[in-house]
Amino acid sequence: MSTVDVVVTGLGATTPLGGDVASTWDAMLAGRSGVSPLTQEWAGQLAVRIAAQLAVDPAEVIERVKLRRMDRAEAMALIAAKEAWADSGLADSGLDPERLAVSYGTGIGGAITTLEQDDILEKSGPRRVSPHTVPMLMPNGPAAYIGLELGARAGVRAMASACATGAEAVALGLDLIRAGRADVVVAGSTEAVVHPLPIAGFASMRAMSTRNDEPEKASRPWDKNRDGFVLGEGAGALILERADHAVARGARIYARLAGAGITSDGYDIVQPDPECRGGIRAMRMAIQDAGLTGADIHHVNAHATSTPVGDMGEIKGIKASVGTHPILTSTKSMSGHLLGAAGALESIATILALRDGVIPPTINLDEPDERLDLEVAAHKARTADIRAAMNNSFGFGGHNVALIFTKV
Amino acid sequence: MATRTEITSGLAEILEEVAGVNPDDVAEEKSFTDDLDVDSLSMVEVVVAAEEKFGVKIPDNEVQNLKTVGDAVSYIEANH
Repeated sequence: MSTVDVVVTGLGATTPLGGDVASTWDAMLAGRSGVSPLTQEWAGQLAVRIAAQLAVDPAEVIERVKLRRMDRAEAMALIAAKEAWADSGLADSGLDPERLAVSYGTGIGGAITTLEQDDILEKSGPRRVSPHTVPMLMPNGPAAYIGLELGARAGVRAMASACATGAEAVALGLDLIRAGRADVVVAGSTEAVVHPLPIAGFASMRAMSTRNDEPEKASRPWDKNRDGFVLGEGAGALILERADHAVARGARIYARLAGAGITSDGYDIVQPDPECRGGIRAMRMAIQDAGLTGADIHHVNAHATSTPVGDMGEIKGIKASVGTHPILTSTKSMSGHLLGAAGALESIATILALRDGVIPPTINLDEPDERLDLEVAAHKARTADIRAAMNNSFGFGGHNVALIFTKV
Repeated sequence: MATRTEITSGLAEILEEVAGVNPDDVAEEKSFTDDLDVDSLSMVEVVVAAEEKFGVKIPDNEVQNLKTVGDAVSYIEANH
């Protein structure tokens, strides 16, 4: 049976490590941390006073009047998507807009807008609430802005599955092309919730690192002394394209998006299943979907957020579904946890690891948890001949998504 | 009491802030939508900012009559 091949022909990002893909990737390979102290006045009262904030503020890239009508998450999405679009060379390719779709999500949506406009409502009354409030806070806003900017007419889909959003949006893009609903999909996710309320909420769950005095050491997946994740903000975008379409126009192809697996735990609204059963099924499903076996997967960009339970559950999952041979990394050690955007940024890191034959490091893995019995590219980037790699993303709500990328 | 010129320049400041209109383009005969490219949501912002700046109340049913900058200046002049 023949299936439609889907390839990646463009990448875009704005992250705590850089304002674009190239600077983000350079920072990752150099093992740089994007985590810094929160110097805003509101941070003083919080238990968590560190975050991974954007390296380049959207105000430096987007014109002022346009920016004031957008939530920060929408602005970042647009920056990432425009970079990916330019990178793909599709702009002048004569692509029929009715064959261009968007599959783009956010974990939380326009929370900063909601909170800021609520402040205005309380202080100044309803008449002062901005008429741009609704298009700024709606969770489909980032996808819609991208569709508007690029003229996409094959549907603008908005994914929301917490920290699995970015990966699930990419998986939906794969399905859309396979199903013949589009030839090109702009896929990815964005997140912008560096604000006291979301931070206080996550901190109340005791899910975040409070290593306020050593921001750069706070995100330490699999390390014995990890104490929670570090919130990050950012956006990533991938141009997914039907392979024959890309080949026909002579496009530069980064990698093949070979397979995806999506499952749900049915276990707890926030706690990960310590046995990673849903994760195992997602990984197996993705490997099978790619027509591969576990032995073919050389590298895993793990979800590993630096929380005590989640990091170790995933290790069990990888051993059960892939084996003991892959070299792992968690780029969250450097970027922090971009929540909904994590799967998009980490897909990009996985693809570039394939392209360059180098695995970005997991920094801060100074004293590995004794239950960590898989190889990790600790401290320093590692060269490796990778033919196939997997990216895992798990989210509150029990969402599990695994993506497989292969070299072309 | 602000003069018509002062009101026009106050509106120009608001238009620049909310809609990116060049203050040099703002003149009494200019239409908000046709000449200055102010869309309906931005017009809401202009009205609310003008209310605050000039201490007037501009009811929603009055806004549709404010086609040009001059219409707005006259309304503000008569009501503030």
